[in-house]
Amino acid sequence: MTNDECKKVVLDIIADIAPDEDLSNVKPDVRLRDQLQLDSMDFLDIVMELRKRHGIEVPEADYIRLASLDSCAEYLVPKFNALAAKS
Amino acid sequence: MNSGSEYDVAIIGAGLSGLAAGIRLAHFGKRVCIFERHNAVGGLNSFYSIGGRKFDVGLHAVTNFVPEGVKGTPLGKILRQLRIDRDEFALCPQKGSRVAFGPRGEHELHFSNDFALLESEVAARFPRQIDGFRGIAAHIRTMPLAGGEAGTSARGFIRRSIDDPLLEDMLLCPLMFYGSAREDDMDLGQFSIMFRALYLEGFARPFEGVRVMMRVLLEKYRAAGGERRMKCGVRSIVSREGRASALVLDSGEEIQATHVLSSIGSAETMALMGAKTTAGRTLGYVETISVLDRPPSALGWGSDTIVFFNDSERFTYRDPTAAADLRSGIICFPNNFKYGEGRELKEGFFRVTCLANYEAWTGLTPEAYRAQKAALFPEVQRAAMRFLPRLDPPDALSRATVATDMFTPTTVEKYTGHFRGAIYGAADKHPDGRTPLSNVYLCGTDQGMLGIVGSMLSGISMANQHVLQAQQGAS
Repeated sequence: MTNDECKKVVLDIIADIAPDEDLSNVKPDVRLRDQLQLDSMDFLDIVMELRKRHGIEVPEADYIRLASLDSCAEYLVPKFNALAAKS
Repeated sequence: MNSGSEYDVAIIGAGLSGLAAGIRLAHFGKRVCIFERHNAVGGLNSFYSIGGRKFDVGLHAVTNFVPEGVKGTPLGKILRQLRIDRDEFALCPQKGSRVAFGPRGEHELHFSNDFALLESEVAARFPRQIDGFRGIAAHIRTMPLAGGEAGTSARGFIRRSIDDPLLEDMLLCPLMFYGSAREDDMDLGQFSIMFRALYLEGFARPFEGVRVMMRVLLEKYRAAGGERRMKCGVRSIVSREGRASALVLDSGEEIQATHVLSSIGSAETMALMGAKTTAGRTLGYVETISVLDRPPSALGWGSDTIVFFNDSERFTYRDPTAAADLRSGIICFPNNFKYGEGRELKEGFFRVTCLANYEAWTGLTPEAYRAQKAALFPEVQRAAMRFLPRLDPPDALSRATVATDMFTPTTVEKYTGHFRGAIYGAADKHPDGRTPLSNVYLCGTDQGMLGIVGSMLSGISMANQHVLQAQQGAS
């Protein structure tokens, strides 16, 4: 999985849990919280969807790594690739 | 739908808060079951049919309504967290409401879903108070959606900015009628929740009433894998070492659950635990409903959605000593929402709600109860009609009436199980939802959020806080 593919996965999830947000101009290097109305519960939803849809587990200590799209990609791409290698 | 007797979460009560909590938990893969004693869902916001006509219970209007695109509001939060599309609730905004005070309603404040209207009304009628009023609104915009500042008097807060008791009472009247369990004053937190819900945001209603929203919630809950057992009340909560170890159902069956969310009220939940509780002072209501063969506007009654009225010098919000307090009340015309071009309710509705004393309605023989209802019905309506344009001919209402119904505090108690038929629960709220048992939490009226949107938000936030986030913290 590439970084861009991973960012799309995250944006797709956000689009579903926050359909009222405009996601066309999300800056990858800016914290999601600072450009979208997402609170800590919304991040819990993102984590849940990652588990449900993609089998990716994110422990609470790592939530901080989901702060921006760039940091999401950096953190999640190895997890996606490890999962793909196993199957 | 019964697939066993062990759950991650058991929810007591299938009202709006219980259903919302259930959806949230089921989404997260929890094994959840809702136990409801009644055969219908909805709790304090349910619906029923008589003679082929559909009636809403409780709901005059959905408060906290904001149009699409307004962010950071309770409505947006519940839609998001329950994965509900705005269009599914099909909410139609109000036409406009007013507060009418004085023997013939000579003091008026109109308000709508556009806060600027109320602001201009205050500026026009209370010019010396407008800066204070703006200050109050500005402060409330900065307060958390869940209220906060418990234990502070709303009247004290208002008086720091406004020194006209008439305006103070006129602003408080709708907020108290739509959500205060406390007499004559409100907690500042409750006041800010209600000020936001009614004045900064506004009223709406689905064309087909509250049942539309219930259908959406039930469908989401079912699709997420939640279970529901109707006509299946919880008789007691068995505890061991400070935790609920089992629920005993009315049938005697025992249920195990890791967490219990109870939406039935604080005193009611304590009673299930075997605690001796006193319900304390509560506020109950009577409501008269007239079904008309024409819209209320055809009687010359204009297009008011809701009218909050009071005939006395000061507004008294107390448990009355008489069967009903006819000095003040609420008129609701469900016809007067913007349902869209060519969409009108088939019949007209005229609903009037007044404070009522629970004791005055209990312990009566069925005949005496019916007689009291029959005697009070026209009095409640007459009290309200002082604040509406005069009818011509004077008997136009009875000529137009095709059916009537009326509920009292005992009706509410019978169908919802809320002690003394209390609509807004007990005066003391439990914002954190905690109970003496470490795995039993409250949601719904006694958790502190009010109205239909508030109830759902309560269920969601209690499920988040006590089950979903707690689990994340532990893992």
